[in-house]
Amino acid sequence: MPRINSPAELEELRKGILSKRDPNKPCITLCSGTACHASGSKEVAASIEEEIKKQGLSAKVDFRKTGCHGFCEKGPIIVIHPEKICYLQIEPKDVPEIISETIKGKSVIERLLYTDPNTNEKIVHEFEIPFYKNQERLVFGSNGEIDPASIDDYLALGGYSALAKALSQMTPEQVLEEVKKSNLRGRGGGGFPAGRKWEECRNAPGEVKYVIVNADEGDPGAYMDRSLLEGNPHSVLEGLTIGAYAIGSHEGYIYVRQEYPLAVENVGIAIQQAREHGFLGENILGSGFDFTVKVHRGAGAFVSGESSALMTAIEGRVGEPRPKYIHTAIKGVRDRPSCLNNVETWATVPLIINKGADWFAQLGTEGSKGTKIFSLVGKVNNTGLVEVPMGITLRDIIYKLGGGIPGGKKFKAVQTGGPSGGCVPEKQLDMKVDFDELAKAGSMMGSGGMIVMDEDTCMVDVARYFLDFLSDESCGKCVPCREGIRQMLKILTNISKGQGKEGDIELLEELSEVTRDASLCALGRTAANPVLSTIRYFRDEYEAHIKEKRCPAYVCKELISYYIDPEKCQACMICFRQCPAQAIAGDKNQIHVIDQEKCTKCGTCIEVCPPRFGAVKKISGEPVPSPIPEEARMIARKSKET
Amino acid sequence: MSGITLQIDGRKVEAEEGMTILEAAQSAGIYIPTLCHHEKLEPYGACRICTVEIEARGRTNLVAACLYPVEQNLVVRTRSEKVDKTRKVLLELMLAHAPDATELQDLAQEYGANKARFEKEPSFCILCGLCMRYCAEVKKKNAIGFVDRGTRREVIFIPEIASKECWNCKECFPLCPTEALQATFLLTKALMSPSPSSAPE
Repeated sequence: MPRINSPAELEELRKGILSKRDPNKPCITLCSGTACHASGSKEVAASIEEEIKKQGLSAKVDFRKTGCHGFCEKGPIIVIHPEKICYLQIEPKDVPEIISETIKGKSVIERLLYTDPNTNEKIVHEFEIPFYKNQERLVFGSNGEIDPASIDDYLALGGYSALAKALSQMTPEQVLEEVKKSNLRGRGGGGFPAGRKWEECRNAPGEVKYVIVNADEGDPGAYMDRSLLEGNPHSVLEGLTIGAYAIGSHEGYIYVRQEYPLAVENVGIAIQQAREHGFLGENILGSGFDFTVKVHRGAGAFVSGESSALMTAIEGRVGEPRPKYIHTAIKGVRDRPSCLNNVETWATVPLIINKGADWFAQLGTEGSKGTKIFSLVGKVNNTGLVEVPMGITLRDIIYKLGGGIPGGKKFKAVQTGGPSGGCVPEKQLDMKVDFDELAKAGSMMGSGGMIVMDEDTCMVDVARYFLDFLSDESCGKCVPCREGIRQMLKILTNISKGQGKEGDIELLEELSEVTRDASLCALGRTAANPVLSTIRYFRDEYEAHIKEKRCPAYVCKELISYYIDPEKCQACMICFRQCPAQAIAGDKNQIHVIDQEKCTKCGTCIEVCPPRFGAVKKISGEPVPSPIPEEARMIARKSKET
Repeated sequence: MSGITLQIDGRKVEAEEGMTILEAAQSAGIYIPTLCHHEKLEPYGACRICTVEIEARGRTNLVAACLYPVEQNLVVRTRSEKVDKTRKVLLELMLAHAPDATELQDLAQEYGANKARFEKEPSFCILCGLCMRYCAEVKKKNAIGFVDRGTRREVIFIPEIASKECWNCKECFPLCPTEALQATFLLTKALMSPSPSSAPE
């Protein structure tokens, strides 16, 4: 590949790539992100390649293994271009039919289409599926079109034109001004204005400055940064290089989790390609600007996603946060000015440069511009990654895109912002999602995790879960974080075991305050959010656990019992046979009874009891009725069994 | 070096740029309690007992005095309702580990901390890191380190180094704000586990 030495040469190259591509030629795109990989897309890919050959279509159809499409619930996903026919949950056995029917025969295979659960209507095109239809996919949209290992795919969609524009038509100051004007706020957690951080770094004294991509995404349930870096690594590199130009940095780092092997691989390929093309290295696009990027693989510590800890880790030391009374933009890696933004933030930059700050700023709310990618997971029908404009309501995300709560259950809360975030209840569902509104509700944007919880979720247990996570993931350096979390977790565990005491809620609040006010870094300062927000909105659940020894959601094992209603039990023997603890007494025609001493509360009996009987139930906060006497357990059957 | 004037507890204090609040306060004879601080070591900011209240740019904040750099016109309060309450809870959290440490008990008395407030965690160690940092920064031996993170973090002697270096040094022992015996215990344990060949004569 010859080096590209000017914006004009870049446009020539682009023209060349496009001239070889026929927009009307059928192209099968297969989601090959990590989630689809797990559900078998590799096997599907192999059979597509084989089948295309077998049916003699190699010259007539293109096949592309792309990054994550986002609709992970329904993976592996195939989209057939140019019509954008979308097939879901594809297995290798479906492939021959797809090739012969849809590619050759131009007919749609009904059973592979998306079925609207509400109307039972089959939907043919990707863009008509409610999950996609209601999104605004600016940053994430190209993921489904691009083979992440192909720089040509990125170039065909206009890739590196923002870099060319910045380097050839704009001064670094103008780039900075544009980003400042766009009001882009950091997508990684705190929402600090990116332009202000860039400016601070640019103005900081020092010859050597660093720009850093934070791809140490670690929130439970969040994976948008992974999907972006895996699926469209060049967009991140392009944004980073533009940032480096604005800031006056010539060295960049991509700090990516070792647990994201595909992201590590794809970003490595992308860097290599960008270097060969002259989008990285010396004299980029003939502008005289030099910039190189290194990948630093993280060793699996959640706290290393905190900017100062990440920088310490880059220096080769244990990833422990440092005080940021002097910002890392002034004193970061090796005490040099270092500008860190997360994956999504950097990937947004080329859009702002290409389309302008005004275009960007018209999207979103007063304080939060643009779009945000959320990972919508938990008790929601359509789990996956969604990109929506800031200011959309939580209700729209959960119901319009997410398709509501499965199994006809009731919504209880949505946890946003990961372990540093909080739980937002039903009554706040019409809140407009942006940095400030979420903070007002006691939660946060975080990196964009969104875990939906239904009525079967115990909020004390949720708080306990997150504190348990943090007790492992705090670095353990400062007392308020390490010890505050330790004691809060103990109290929450006691409450969930029915050992809660009067005053525990107040003690949790007191500890939360100290942890928030005195901790060294943001992990500690926000660690109490899951506790505070659940106390704020679900205090009655805490009180039920403490005062009545009752878990209203029937989750906390120590507070619930399983009981077979003798009126409903039909002595079918199913639970009797399946109980792993052999805690159920019974026989044919003998009403079954659970031995409470033996019961391990695994819930198998309630799962296997046929719904038409519905004889097993959970009891909490009241004594289990004493078992009916043995002589009364006989069921007189009419004549079913002889 | 330009001089900086700040206000600590209502008093005007002169400081040099680059000094921390703690250094400025100490130079003016104003007491701020510390546990993980040592003048020969880099500021660390782990125990947070030096937490003070500051007013800067129109906002009130709690910061660690041992780390926060002085600023012109900074207003610092070394005692306030909020500061005292924070220190009290921090002490209670540490006392769960080392209920009999005199340094903690003295401070507990000052701030009304109740050592029985939280469930005991008898580790004796508050992970102030003084021993580890002294060994690394002053002695340059790195015989002590932390293992694990979060609530499982512990301080250990690294047997291979400790068995060679520690017997004739032991300078870390008196630094321990909780229980010097703990260090001895850990050291002995560390020395017992590998081969005893390098034990001293």
